[in-house]
Amino acid sequence: MASGSEDGLGIPSKDYDSLIATTDVELLKRAWQNEKAAPEILQFQADLIRRSQEQIQLMEDTVEEYAENGTDPLTVSLYQMDLDRTQFLLRSYLRIRLQKIEKYMLHISKTELWNRLSKQEQKFAKRSTDHMEKHLKQSVLSRLPYGYQSILKQSISSEDDDMGTISSFCANHFFLMCYCLFLSFLIY
Amino acid sequence: MAGQSDPHLSIFSAEEVEFIAEDEMMEIVPNMKMDPLNLICGDFGPFRPQIATEVPLWLAVALKKRGKCTIRPPQWMSVEKLTQILEAERESPREFHPLPFHYVEISRLLFDHARDDIPDVYMVRSLIEDIRDVRFHKVETGLETISARTHAVKLKNLSAMEVNIVRPFIVRALQAFYKHDSPQMIPQPDTIGNRPPQVADRGPRVRAKSHMPLGTLADTL
Repeated sequence: MASGSEDGLGIPSKDYDSLIATTDVELLKRAWQNEKAAPEILQFQADLIRRSQEQIQLMEDTVEEYAENGTDPLTVSLYQMDLDRTQFLLRSYLRIRLQKIEKYMLHISKTELWNRLSKQEQKFAKRSTDHMEKHLKQSVLSRLPYGYQSILKQSISSEDDDMGTISSFCANHFFLMCYCLFLSFLIY
Repeated sequence: MAGQSDPHLSIFSAEEVEFIAEDEMMEIVPNMKMDPLNLICGDFGPFRPQIATEVPLWLAVALKKRGKCTIRPPQWMSVEKLTQILEAERESPREFHPLPFHYVEISRLLFDHARDDIPDVYMVRSLIEDIRDVRFHKVETGLETISARTHAVKLKNLSAMEVNIVRPFIVRALQAFYKHDSPQMIPQPDTIGNRPPQVADRGPRVRAKSHMPLGTLADTL
C-alpha cells in the first residue's frame, strides 16, 4: 500500500526529459504535497532536503551580499521572496513529518516505517516516546496493580501486545486512506 | 506556523492551494530594464521594456504590484473561450470540461492584482463564477451517488480547488462505508462478552459528527 501511493504519485518514466529539467524546488514541492496528502509517513527525501538546504544557504548569502552592496532594492526583494517560498516548503515539509511522528510514534517505532525517518527524526521519535512513556508511568501506570503497567499491553497476561491490534487498525485505516488518495491523485 | 492547516477540513488550506498555483507560468510585458534573476526555482528574464517574457505567477504579481509590468492574461481567460466552456459545461451534466488545473486560483489572483490587464474584466469574472458554480453543482450531484458499493469515484478534469474541497468529504464518506461494511466492525459473539459493545461503534459515530455538510462545502468556495 505504501509503495502504491509513492509510485502512483511519482513521475512516469516517459517524462524523463522533463525530469532532468525539473528544479529541486519542483521536487520539494512534490515531496511536500505527497507528505501532506499521505496519511502515513513517507520515505525521508534525504538528498533532496540536503540540496535544498544548501541552496537556501547559498541564496541567503547572496541576498545578504546584494543588500550590502546596494543592488537595486526591487531585485533584492524578489530574491528574498523566492527564498521565502523555498523556506516555507522546506519548513512545512519537515513540520508535517514531525506532526505525523508525534501522532503515530508508537506505531512508527514498532514497524518498518521506522526506516523511513531521518536520523534526526528517529532521535526525535525516540525522545517523544520516552517522554510519553515516562509521563504515562508517572501519572497513571505506576498506580495500577502489577501486571497492568505496560504501556503496550492491556495486561501482562495478554498474549500479543495490544499495540499490535492498534497497528493493524492503523494499517486498515491507511489502506483506505491511500485508496482514496489515489483517487484524488488520479484527478491530478 | 507553516503548513499547519487543520487536516480535518482539508489537506491543503486555500492559501496553500494558491501557493501551489503561484508557480504557474504567466506571460508578462515589463516596462523596465532588469538583469536576469537566478532564483532557486529557476532563471527568469532578462527583462526589457515591451519585450514579453515568461515568469511564475507570484513573480508576475510582485512586479505588477510595483507597477513594473503588465500581465498578459492566459488565452482561456477571454470572453469568447469562457462562453464556450460555460456552454460545454452546461451541456454535459456528468462531465467536466478540461480547464487549467488552477483556473480558480489564477483567475482570482489576476482579478485581485491585475484587473486593468484583463479585457472585459466584469464579463470574464462573472463567466468564471458561473463556470465554477455549474461545475460544483455537478460535483455535489456526483457525491450523492456514493453508496456502500462505491469503491472509487472518478472525477476527471476536476481542478485543484475543487479536488481540495471535496477530498476530505469523499475520503470520510468512503471510509465510513468501508467501516460499516467490514466484518471487524460487526461484533463477534466472543468479543461481546469482554468488551462493552458501545466501544466498538464509538469510532464511526464521532467521525459522523465531523462530516462537513454539503451546504457548507459550497460556501467555502
